[in-house]
Amino acid sequence: MGAIFKREMKAFFTSPIAYIFIAIFWFIAGIYFVFLNLGSATTDMSYVFSGVFIFVLILIPLLTMRLFADEKKLKTDQCLLTAPVSLSGIVFGKFFSALCVFLCAMVIYIPFVIVLRILAGSLAMAQIVGNFTGLLLVGASFISIGIFISSLTEMQIISAIVSIIVNFVLYMIDVFASSVTWEPLKKAMVAIGFYNRYVEFTQGIFNITSVIFFISVIFIFSFLTVRVLEKRRWS
Amino acid sequence: MIEVKHLTKHYGSKVALNDVSFTVNDGEILGFLGPNGAGKSTTMNILTGYLSSTDGEVLINGTDILDEPIKAKKDIGYLPELPPLYPDMTVKEYLNFIYDLKKVKIPRKAHIEEVCSLVKITDVYERMIKHLSKGYRQRVGVAQALIGNPEILILDEPTVGLDPKQILDIRNLIKRLGKKHTVILSSHILSEIQAVCDRIVIINQGQIVADDTTEHLTSAALDDMRYTARIEGPAEEVAKLIEGIGGVVAVTDLGETEPGVHDFEIECEEDKDIRRDLFRRLCDRKWLLLGLKSNQMSLEDIFLRITMGDSFDFNKKKKSDPQSDEELQKKLLEQVSGAVVAADIIHGQKMTRTEETAAALPPETDEEDAAAGDEQNAEGSEE
Repeated sequence: MGAIFKREMKAFFTSPIAYIFIAIFWFIAGIYFVFLNLGSATTDMSYVFSGVFIFVLILIPLLTMRLFADEKKLKTDQCLLTAPVSLSGIVFGKFFSALCVFLCAMVIYIPFVIVLRILAGSLAMAQIVGNFTGLLLVGASFISIGIFISSLTEMQIISAIVSIIVNFVLYMIDVFASSVTWEPLKKAMVAIGFYNRYVEFTQGIFNITSVIFFISVIFIFSFLTVRVLEKRRWS
Repeated sequence: MIEVKHLTKHYGSKVALNDVSFTVNDGEILGFLGPNGAGKSTTMNILTGYLSSTDGEVLINGTDILDEPIKAKKDIGYLPELPPLYPDMTVKEYLNFIYDLKKVKIPRKAHIEEVCSLVKITDVYERMIKHLSKGYRQRVGVAQALIGNPEILILDEPTVGLDPKQILDIRNLIKRLGKKHTVILSSHILSEIQAVCDRIVIINQGQIVADDTTEHLTSAALDDMRYTARIEGPAEEVAKLIEGIGGVVAVTDLGETEPGVHDFEIECEEDKDIRRDLFRRLCDRKWLLLGLKSNQMSLEDIFLRITMGDSFDFNKKKKSDPQSDEELQKKLLEQVSGAVVAADIIHGQKMTRTEETAAALPPETDEEDAAAGDEQNAEGSEE
């Protein structure tokens, strides 16, 4: 797992992809911060966090699209799959490398918090930690979904587009749910929707079921990716 | 040691491998030979755990590749048909990555340097893989397989895309590696297999059609007693003279090659050597013997026969049947160019004379024995 993590990190930072990802993320987070916090003179960062959700949903497939699609195309998967490493080691090596790039992007919130702290004197730190955790969990979930979709195709672009669509559906499902009248379906839709769970975090509610929900999503999709790799051997 | 037992692989309804069994002993170099699409790569992919078999089992040093993949894979170095290279990495980064991936315990720097000098890629060590030529990429692929000094090396067409000098280098390398490692080498080029391998497994349409030592296969091919003689002298009289030699069954005039020079095909009785007699009699008549070669069946012929569906009995001595048009055509071609390997023409690929002769050169004095088979082959196709 370590070797794959290291290689992927190097690949992210020798190609422009990680820089583009981080630059766009910082730019958007910066705009939200300047207009919502500095512009309206508030220390409430919840909108700065919730606002980036839709961009995270679009940007993360940029990170994950290459991870397995390219291996298949270049036939380098032959090297990974015949090396003495487990399939889950391969999948999590790639998962953590993408997560690491995402963390690099999220680092931008630290100077924001410091600036607010200096300007306002005091901050509700617990809420900010909650926000941070929420965004991290959502990002990690999108990454594991993206990796799963990347393992299904050889084409990066298809992997990216399908991932964005799937992420969008997971985002919109809460909106659709409100117009569904049949109660069981509505409940089910609310249960799998990402957005409301995430917004809870930004409002300062640390809901343990949501934490478990996102962690489960990560494990389920990583498991599915392992199954896809396994199945390819049998085809 | 590799044990392959009753391996079967289906791709959908297509049977890629059908009940393939063989064993490779420690320190043996096994040549895996077959036309394109015979199932060579499939077999190798199953041996290395990349694909699963529909049925049968593979034991690597006694460990089942499916039950304990990580343990079994530790002993294998694999070069797939297309070397699995990341174009955006330098050779250095790539080999270090492989070193980490295989969790090698040998001191890193010395080991990677050793492997690089073995396959002669030291001069491109700092370069990006995407900027390398095909020959270098192939060698980086071989280097990748060698990292960690695995006991077993599985090389799928390791010399594809290399120039004759590099082919020779890689062959010598494989021979040297074969002293310490167990090697499986696949190829559709016979002379390559003949030059390097102790044992040959020929596979066709997913089935093993021959499994024997190189010497045995070659000697099985030697039993056919036919000679081609190039003689300067009056054709009809010469033919009559040859017919008069004891043991000659038939003489055919193959035609004039130079003014006054004819080629004759002489068919003899089994175990009858007419060469000395022939020479003396021609001397008596002052006719000149310009060339004489035995038309022994080369491995190429055996290979073609087997893979084209003709049966060939290795253990039974038997005179060959009248030659088919195709074989005759092949023979003529051989005579004209002397260097083009007919088998490869039929498979749509040409091998140049340089490549053939390069292959036939005795690479190192202490390895002459192993190269002898190849020299023999080259003699067969040259006059």
